[in-house]
Amino acid sequence: MSASRHSNGPLASPELSAEAEFSSMPRTGPDRAFQAVCLLALCLPLLLLVVLIADAVSDGWPRLGWSFLTSYPSRHPELAGLLPALVGSAWVMVLTALMAIPLGVGAAIYLEEYARQSRLTSFIEVNIANLAGVPSILYGLLGLELFVRALQLGRSLLAGAATLALLLLPMVILTSREALRTVPPSMREAALALGADRWQVVRRIVLPLSLPGILTGLILSLARAVGETAPLITIGALTYVAFLPDSLKSSFTVLPIQIFNWISRPQAAFHVNAAAGIVVLLAFLLVLNGAAIWLRHRLQRRIYW
Amino acid sequence: MTQSPSGLGNELCDPRPLSERLVASGLFVCAAVSVATTAGIVLVLLFETSNFFRQVSFAQFFLDTQWTPLFAQKRFGIWALVSGTVLTSLIALATALPLGLLAAIYLSEYAGERIRRTVKPAMEVLAGVPTVVYGYFALTFVTPLLQSAIPGLAGFNALGAGIVMGAMIFPLIASLSEDALYAVPPGIREGAYALGADKLATIFHVVLPSAFSGIAASVLLAVSRAVGETMIVAIAAGQQPRFTFDPRVPIETMTAYIVQVSLGDTPTGTLEYQTLFAVGMALFLFTLVLNLAAHRLRKSILKGGAL
Repeated sequence: MSASRHSNGPLASPELSAEAEFSSMPRTGPDRAFQAVCLLALCLPLLLLVVLIADAVSDGWPRLGWSFLTSYPSRHPELAGLLPALVGSAWVMVLTALMAIPLGVGAAIYLEEYARQSRLTSFIEVNIANLAGVPSILYGLLGLELFVRALQLGRSLLAGAATLALLLLPMVILTSREALRTVPPSMREAALALGADRWQVVRRIVLPLSLPGILTGLILSLARAVGETAPLITIGALTYVAFLPDSLKSSFTVLPIQIFNWISRPQAAFHVNAAAGIVVLLAFLLVLNGAAIWLRHRLQRRIYW
Repeated sequence: MTQSPSGLGNELCDPRPLSERLVASGLFVCAAVSVATTAGIVLVLLFETSNFFRQVSFAQFFLDTQWTPLFAQKRFGIWALVSGTVLTSLIALATALPLGLLAAIYLSEYAGERIRRTVKPAMEVLAGVPTVVYGYFALTFVTPLLQSAIPGLAGFNALGAGIVMGAMIFPLIASLSEDALYAVPPGIREGAYALGADKLATIFHVVLPSAFSGIAASVLLAVSRAVGETMIVAIAAGQQPRFTFDPRVPIETMTAYIVQVSLGDTPTGTLEYQTLFAVGMALFLFTLVLNLAAHRLRKSILKGGAL
């Protein structure tokens, strides 16, 4: 049996190692059976993930190719492509990042580095925790009233990106705060002792040191934004777009909405397109996640304290 | 920490330079945006819902079981949508709770460090799959599979959507429950072993009861996620609001209704448009209650109330 994490605690004496302690304990049949059931429960959903990916790849295989990525949608499923959705997703991602990153990281810096223990601070913290649990489609309703109607942005790229930026805020704030917290207080104190003011401490010491963590959180948040569908449908992103967005006020579609559009058509040929679109979307997310992991490893190695 | 280095700053004049104060207030504004977002969501929902209830009575909303605001014969019984939401969420929970809890027990009580280090990222991937992908999977893979086993299962149904939704909330339950199990102090386990309990008895009679509130919190958060989940049910569960708990027929959830109306070109200011927000308000209150209960449970763990 493998060593359990708990048996390595401070209570386990060095003479009686974890391995010895538990291997001397007789293992009953029901115990082994239960362990097997638990392992099965763990593997089953992960297996489902493999099946899901294999299913999408095998369904979408006939359509996967260069022309699929560079064509406009069409009434003929074998000619339809992803181009406007790809470009739309890229636009939305960049615009969302431009809005969510300064706001989210700024809020995180305020809460970690500037805020005092006060009623107001804890109110903001509780509020952020609750925001993280609000269903994404409700952000869509907010975006519809606030950005599309009240600010008269219309059903535009800008309105969509602003909606997603609000949706991402709690996640960006929470991950950035965690990253800021990894910088030891002694670093800040040393800088303050040398005469730096608070902002200099943040800009020269805290931000550079916590950058890998912040960037990882940002990339993972943006990956979530790329996969979001419901709020953008609610603010009225189009499902059929035969042009590329040319300005911030332009109407748009994104990858998941294009996929949704193909799924909801009755013809099976469009389902093939949906599967191919899913493969493209998953590949894109895989690249983003891979970048986050790579970044974490690469930048972490340079820090010593 | 926020005391200025000069130390002697009095109440009348802030000794910090102007730039420093500007930065601090700029950062405060960033933090305030999150409060404004909450306020915005609540105000928008309240405003449009009050418009809605000016035309539709509470009795029509709460005492009817038919939801047909898009038809000529309009009826506004929210229970038709609530039952769809509750049904799919319960199916998801019935799938994810046993699997998630057993997986959490395996990770916390049996698995070695290496297994845990490989499995946790895999679960993050599972949690990060866009829900439109899950919807496709439910519609084109799981439902046909179930149809071969269950006669009379419609092409759109609550069962397939609910099961796939279970896969979506599985990582949440597994990872939060594992945290709760891990937080049980090793001394308690060792005490049980010392009293002659075997591993199985220790898990069921000592570890699980000790971690109960953490596990309950994970379940509440997972249900809240399932209630707010949109694309899986919009794609695979159908668009026919009906008051039923039959998992084989097409139904409609609150979230799927919002998607359905948003896809059509509903002019702003009409009653159909306002139904969006009335349903959104119901959805908001549902998830808020679940989230608050979960946070309360988790707080009681932090205070040591669980043990």
